[in-house]
Amino acid sequence: MPEAAELPTRREEAWRYSAVERLQGEALDRWRTIDIAAGESVRETLVIADGDGSRPTELHRWRVTIGEGATCELFAVLASAEYARLEIEVTLKRGAHFEFGGITVGGRDTVREFVTRTIHAEPEATSNQTVRSVHWGHGTGNFLGNIDVVRDAQKTDAAQDFKGLLLEKGASVNAVPQLEIFADDVKCAHGASVGQLDETARFYMAARGLSPELARRLLVQAFLGDALVGLEDDAQREELMQVALDKVDRYL
Amino acid sequence: MLKIDNLHAEIDGKTILNGLSLTVPAGEVHAIMGPNGAGKSTLAYVLGGRPGYEVTQGSVEFNGIDLLDMEPHERAAAGLFLGFQYPVEIPGVSNLQFLREALNSQRKARGEEPLTGGEFLKLAKDKAALLKLDPDMLKRHVNVGFSGGEKKRAEMVQMGILNPRFAVLDETDSGLDIDALRVVGEGINAIMRAPDKGVLLITHYQRLLEVVKPDRVSILSRGRIVKTGGPELAVELENEGYDAVMAPETANA
Ligand SMILES: Nc1ncnc2c1ncn2[C@@H]1O[C@H](COP(=O)(O)OP(=O)(O)O)[C@@H](O)[C@H]1O
Ligand SMILES: [Mg+2]
Repeated sequence: MPEAAELPTRREEAWRYSAVERLQGEALDRWRTIDIAAGESVRETLVIADGDGSRPTELHRWRVTIGEGATCELFAVLASAEYARLEIEVTLKRGAHFEFGGITVGGRDTVREFVTRTIHAEPEATSNQTVRSVHWGHGTGNFLGNIDVVRDAQKTDAAQDFKGLLLEKGASVNAVPQLEIFADDVKCAHGASVGQLDETARFYMAARGLSPELARRLLVQAFLGDALVGLEDDAQREELMQVALDKVDRYL
Repeated sequence: MLKIDNLHAEIDGKTILNGLSLTVPAGEVHAIMGPNGAGKSTLAYVLGGRPGYEVTQGSVEFNGIDLLDMEPHERAAAGLFLGFQYPVEIPGVSNLQFLREALNSQRKARGEEPLTGGEFLKLAKDKAALLKLDPDMLKRHVNVGFSGGEKKRAEMVQMGILNPRFAVLDETDSGLDIDALRVVGEGINAIMRAPDKGVLLITHYQRLLEVVKPDRVSILSRGRIVKTGGPELAVELENEGYDAVMAPETANA
């Protein structure tokens, strides 16, 4: 079959706000598998910085299984110059925990996005996902988050939180939470909002002597911080934050 | 030190300051009193350079330089401090980070060496103690979850740390109980009473002026100064009210 025929289209929910034209020639069926044994704990980070190291299309698809009582923590920063997508399909066993913190940042006319499908397959598992997106130019940040709670997955606790910060007119964000819940004793929380830099705060900071650039940096840092609070390793957290802040400083 | 001449300013095309003139020499505390809506906060914001507050006429000279020509952060580096009537909350940014960046930005602009973390921390703790603010509050996010009185006290701690040459304090006394009022008033005296410094003290009440004794008192009404006198003018206002004190002026106007 010719490869072009297999390319997804924007009619598919998971690709609705995507840059599907950038998928030409990509190995769409390639998934990275992460299996976490019962009781184990795994932390992974993905950093797509802007620079020579990143490819024109950064497509990452991870399929994660979290065993009974195990924990998986994923943190990602998508700060690429071009299209970037991290797609995570995660299945939680009894009492497992999934923690996800994601940042998209950038301008130009391109898309940076997270698409997650979180399957609570057994009871008492918890998941917490926090995404922060900062964009300018014609940059777009997306968070499509599916949460499936199967029939027997009682005492599931799943949370999803998205905030977008638009630094210029023309930038945009999309947040689409999708909940499919077939158990009755379940907690599911989701929130999404979008805004701009707080002008009152900017003036207050200027009145104390901060340049507009430094004030913006502090406000963006505060905004993005939520996505990384779950990352306990200080050095790692600072490294991820630095990639995002450098991007803002260099290109805006 | 501060010379405001025939200042006109508008917000959204609406004229708020209407030919305001006022001079504050070095070494003086000048109190501004006036009814609600007179334009007191607008004056403070115009001096600070708040976006949206457009000066249409007049001039402001600060230590011989044109204040209105500078960006807000440059005014701060030049030694101007604006105490906000409603201090702003900044979630996610700690007081210590905010103030250290602010102080070192100002020092850099003036060609001075930055303070180290240790030096800064000591300075911040000293000023918190001066204003009787729990030093743990310095670690908290800027003004987030502070009571009205704590915000005003924190504002004065900021002033102590930044050590400005001139302070415009907009209703720093509102929201303070009697004890806090004394602490804040004495803080203002300790930080700003000096021969080479000046203060524009915007207030509604005589109470603060009993602690921070002003050299001059002006009444601001409808966007201009309608009367200036000594400290006795504030007492007169307290006893007789704006209408009575201003009546002869408005009759002539
Ligand atoms: N953002 C604004 N847009 C339009 N009018 C404003 C704005 N802020 C203040 N004003 C008006 O300007 C006048 C002066 O306000 P203000 O300077 O806050 O007075 P004061 O501090 O003396 O109480 C009032 O009539 C007020 O309604
Ligand atoms: Mg006011």
